[in-house]
Amino acid sequence: MSIDRRQFLKAAGATGLLGLLGSPLFKVLAPGELEASPELKEGMAKSAKRWAMVVDMKAFPTEESYNKCIEACNKTHNIPQMESEKHEIKWIWAEKYENAFPDSYNGYLTESIEKMKFLVLCNNCDNPPCVRVCPTKATFKREDGLVVMDYHRCIGCRFCMAACPYGARSFNWRDPRPFIKNINPSYPTRTKGVVEKCNFCADRLYRGELPACVEASNGALIFGDLKDENSNVRKTLRSKFTITRKPDLGTFPGVYYVIGGS
Amino acid sequence: MSDKNKIIYVLVVFIVIVSFPFIYNKVKTPTDVNVKLNTPVIDNMTVKQCILPKEQMRHEHMKILNSWRDDVVRGNHREFGKIDGVMYEKSLQLTCLHCHSNKSEFCDRCHTYASVSVYCWDCHVAQKENKL
Repeated sequence: MSIDRRQFLKAAGATGLLGLLGSPLFKVLAPGELEASPELKEGMAKSAKRWAMVVDMKAFPTEESYNKCIEACNKTHNIPQMESEKHEIKWIWAEKYENAFPDSYNGYLTESIEKMKFLVLCNNCDNPPCVRVCPTKATFKREDGLVVMDYHRCIGCRFCMAACPYGARSFNWRDPRPFIKNINPSYPTRTKGVVEKCNFCADRLYRGELPACVEASNGALIFGDLKDENSNVRKTLRSKFTITRKPDLGTFPGVYYVIGGS
Repeated sequence: MSDKNKIIYVLVVFIVIVSFPFIYNKVKTPTDVNVKLNTPVIDNMTVKQCILPKEQMRHEHMKILNSWRDDVVRGNHREFGKIDGVMYEKSLQLTCLHCHSNKSEFCDRCHTYASVSVYCWDCHVAQKENKL
């Protein structure tokens, strides 16, 4: 029995369509399917539903004041100080306004804002793109809003770094241990080949302590549960005008900034 | 068939060589691993006990640590439970190494003896030793 080209193409098309319909591809691509972590039913300090932070830039008068926060974080989490910028690991760092808020930059900023450095960190987004792209679910969002890393599971593919619009993730190109001055023995270091980032001090929160940077900030960083109307974060958001980084992207960051004003 | 004897000799030698490691391990008396339990914290305990029975820790510590790691990292269930009113956290660094601060004499001796190389220490830090 012979088959002409028209019949062949019809058959091929039908088979392909059938295959597509039956394939799990749709399931994989459905939004929300790749969001990980069903966990965190209990524990956690204790009933928080959405951890968030407000960075009050007015309360950082000098470079020294925010450097304290950065140092506190570095010490707590054994963050290496690499020799080369290419290998840099950063959880919380300082950026110019134009880098931190590129979509609200106008070129004619007030002098003070132009000179100011803004503390930036992982935004622990409501809709984190890093979580969506992670093939091993090494990074996942917990029910209390924290986007955390499971370093045991990270394969170092760096998809999350490509997906993060804030550059908040760093890759360990080298073994970090030789570059940590004083190792804090109560927190693990990382290894070569994994991605790391700020996790809002998930372990400290569990013990009822504030994140290390918040503790060192002398009130300039305000931390609390966004879903609790009486939390410090909500009180600040009610009383002051705040902005978030790159709001157009729809990641809904959990870090808010008070830039100026009264 | 004049080579029959030669073949048998060679075969015997071959079998002896191949089976030597197995026979050697059967015959030799095992050396004592000599794991040390006398750290300052353990010495100060009135009742010297681990958070789980000794036998269970000996045979299952790797499974326990593995499940702890998932509980803590993925589920944030960090509490192991209370023993004599003291809350213990599921943590290699904070719980296990708090008492067993002698990693080289406790963990390493046995792992070396059993020829097991673990990668826990690539990230986790032994409390006081810090020989990195």
